[in-house]
Amino acid sequence: MLGAGIIKGLRITARNLIGSYHDPNRLTTQQYPEEPARLPANYRNFPFLVLDAPSPDEEGTLRCIACKMCERECPPQCIRIEAARDENGKLQRRPKIFEIDISICMGCGICVEVCPEYSIEMDHHFEVVETERHQSLLLNLQRLSKPNAYFHQINPNKATASDKAIAEKKQKAAERFATTKAHTPKDSK
Amino acid sequence: MNTLSTEQDDVHGELMEISLGPHHPSTHGVFRMNITLDGEIVVKLKPVFGYLHRNHEKIAEGNTYLAAIPYTDRLDYLCSLTNNWAYVHAVETLAAIAVPERAECLRIILGELARIANHACLVGFLLNDLGTSFTPLLYSLRERERMLDLIEELTGSRMMCNFFRFGGLRSDIPEDWLQRLRTYLEGPFARFLDEQDALLSGNEILLARTQGVGILPPALAVQAGITGPMLRASGVPYDIRKVDQYSLYKRFEYKVPIGAHGDTYDRYMMRMLEMRESVKIIQQAMDALKNAQGSHIDPKARNQGLRPKAGEAYARMESPKGELGFHLVSDGSAKPYRFRIRPPSLINLTALEDICLGQTLADTVVILGSVDIVLGEVDR
Ligand code: SF4
Ligand code: SF4
Repeated sequence: MLGAGIIKGLRITARNLIGSYHDPNRLTTQQYPEEPARLPANYRNFPFLVLDAPSPDEEGTLRCIACKMCERECPPQCIRIEAARDENGKLQRRPKIFEIDISICMGCGICVEVCPEYSIEMDHHFEVVETERHQSLLLNLQRLSKPNAYFHQINPNKATASDKAIAEKKQKAAERFATTKAHTPKDSK
Repeated sequence: MNTLSTEQDDVHGELMEISLGPHHPSTHGVFRMNITLDGEIVVKLKPVFGYLHRNHEKIAEGNTYLAAIPYTDRLDYLCSLTNNWAYVHAVETLAAIAVPERAECLRIILGELARIANHACLVGFLLNDLGTSFTPLLYSLRERERMLDLIEELTGSRMMCNFFRFGGLRSDIPEDWLQRLRTYLEGPFARFLDEQDALLSGNEILLARTQGVGILPPALAVQAGITGPMLRASGVPYDIRKVDQYSLYKRFEYKVPIGAHGDTYDRYMMRMLEMRESVKIIQQAMDALKNAQGSHIDPKARNQGLRPKAGEAYARMESPKGELGFHLVSDGSAKPYRFRIRPPSLINLTALEDICLGQTLADTVVILGSVDIVLGEVDR
């Protein structure tokens, strides 16, 4: 019968309409600005640098050792790092300048993957609004640094895993240091 | 639509040339068609593209092999997982990197999930082009939203997944995620497919508007290099998953739907049927995962600082839209010497004029929808 397909179709639309009042499978709209967005722990937006704080109220130190691995691998080349130098001009294992231009960053997360120190991680903060598009989107060291506690808050599993990996790394380094010391004769340099 | 010029023709009277796009709701992105009309009938159609050209290939040639992966997400952004896969497949061929069994199974699950998400979206947009204003499109997008939620949970991003790595995947897939995907595909998604069929596959208006419209003859399809569901809708049984048997596809049982008429309706049905087959593949891959050897990535595979030996490789895959191939030439350095993409969307577009000639203007919109293009891939 001509029109049977249309009537059959209308039954489906009716079922969806009624279902949208009680079936969560048919109603998926998130009331975003009124309700906060639901972000999974893995969500990635822009990178930030993790600060290790001995206690919550202290400043904390950066994990970054200015190895520039992330700078080299970043696909659109939006990271700029300059290592700090001491008064004799010797390179230090910490950055003096660390800048990420988030107007260029594509949020790929490759910097996180290549970082050997678990120092750079992806943030969840996505509501970035600025009225000027050059300086305000160029994040400097101070704006990039966020405490480890914050990382634990947004991605608890990964933060715990990183803490554990760092502890293991430290322990291994300490063991190696102890063994080399034991094998080195005292008078030789 | 603005009138560009009118020509005088003895037989047809006045022809009208109109420019549809690049900013037009029915052209799926920034795509333009210069159409010459005789009354309402198309007598000439010139596709114009390039508005979204982003220099993808040259950017990739200036970057390391690893850094090109996130850029491939931005080719066909409706199914970035298969783009990732095609590219890493090419690099693995070039650098002779092995992929563990578990990684292959997970790749197939993700690849087929991308296919389902792509087709669900396409079916919705195609029906929207037909003028079924929004209802079926929103049903489709509702389902795609669920899949994107799952993908986001896993990869961190809804569309720019950046999840494949040389030798495997960026991270392993947790068991509960797989379980949730399965529950979703067998529950709400199966219901969506049935409802979609009941809603529209037998709808008289849909049949009248799509059957016999925009016929692509098989000979022309083969000559023009058309691939993917569009080729199979014309009745040519050619699916790279079957032809090349890459990855572990030969282990799984699935059918490749074949059309008979090559019209818009067949192209629509191809997508509906392929979604059902993809669900079957995912279920089998999940079962195969239990006995799969190895981990999600080959621990020996280098991702950073990869320097393949000098040589070249072409690897291709059945992406949701057709044959997606990457041609890489290495000179032994850390950057590809040549990086070339064979985009299915662009090559499938080349037959657009042939299948639109003699159709009405309103039908060209539907035919374009059934070709299934994403301008990110057409223009690169
Ligand atoms: S997320 Fe990607 S683009 Fe952004 S800084 Fe890291 S590597 Fe660069
Ligand atoms: S890779 Fe990590 S440690 Fe090295 S410079 Fe970047 S953030 Fe710092």
